[in-house]
Amino acid sequence: MGNFLVWAVWLVAAFACLGSGIAVVSFTNAFYSALALIGNLGSLAVLFLLASAEFLAAAQVLVYAGAVMVMFLFVIAYLGDTAGLPFRGGGPSWVSVGAVVAATAILVEVVVAIGLKAGNALSSVDEIESSFGSPGEIGRVFLTDHLLAFEITSIVLLIAAVGGVILGTRTRAEDELDAQGAAGQETYGRA
Amino acid sequence: MAGPEITWYLIVSAILFSIGTLGVLLRRSPLIVLLSLEIMLNASNLALISFARLHGGHDGQIFALAVMAVAASEVVVGLGLIVAVSRRRLTLDVDSFRVLRG
Repeated sequence: MGNFLVWAVWLVAAFACLGSGIAVVSFTNAFYSALALIGNLGSLAVLFLLASAEFLAAAQVLVYAGAVMVMFLFVIAYLGDTAGLPFRGGGPSWVSVGAVVAATAILVEVVVAIGLKAGNALSSVDEIESSFGSPGEIGRVFLTDHLLAFEITSIVLLIAAVGGVILGTRTRAEDELDAQGAAGQETYGRA
Repeated sequence: MAGPEITWYLIVSAILFSIGTLGVLLRRSPLIVLLSLEIMLNASNLALISFARLHGGHDGQIFALAVMAVAASEVVVGLGLIVAVSRRRLTLDVDSFRVLRG
């Protein structure tokens, strides 16, 4: 019974994940795409839980579905109508055909590699303790065995924050552009 | 292990990665390209976490956590670039970005 329940939850989460992924790629409105990505990240968090990564599932919801997506939605609202552009225009060009071929090639390659190379190795899952993937365990491993990764991650985040500030400051060229735009609007108003 | 085997997790991850690839290659809006990049990063996270479960070690989960931090930084810089481009009155179309071309 318990096994059946796990399978049912897994199937629902997996199909929700794939469906919302397709929705992200196919919506022409960037706002709907972002909302579909929130659903995608949420169902991925369920899959993480089923693979006993409890802390990562929580972090996924907090960091992605919370912080990152709110930032995306703010930028989409700031950009307005210009945010969403349709697919490459004019029917199936060689670019879109190449894109589909490349994506299919990656998919087939991965599945064949899993099937051929891994084979039976994937069915023998190691036994784990009940604390596997809990915040305490992750924190202990992160701050002992992987301390260097922890420090480098913090530096990467710091550099990204500084980069965001630098990209966000206005330059003189943009101020001139704005001045020209205001002047153009004035003459338009007088005419 | 209760529920599906690791293989199924990996197949979902592979399909999700290809969907993200399609988005990056097919869409012209830089915002949706960034959203598709997020899908690709998350597909790799799913693979890392299922391998961590397979081997019963925490290393894969730590790697996934680092990927999350990198993805957050990428979003900050990417969105900053998009806003900077839109403030310069350029069209938001990845095919029409020619400023850096020599």
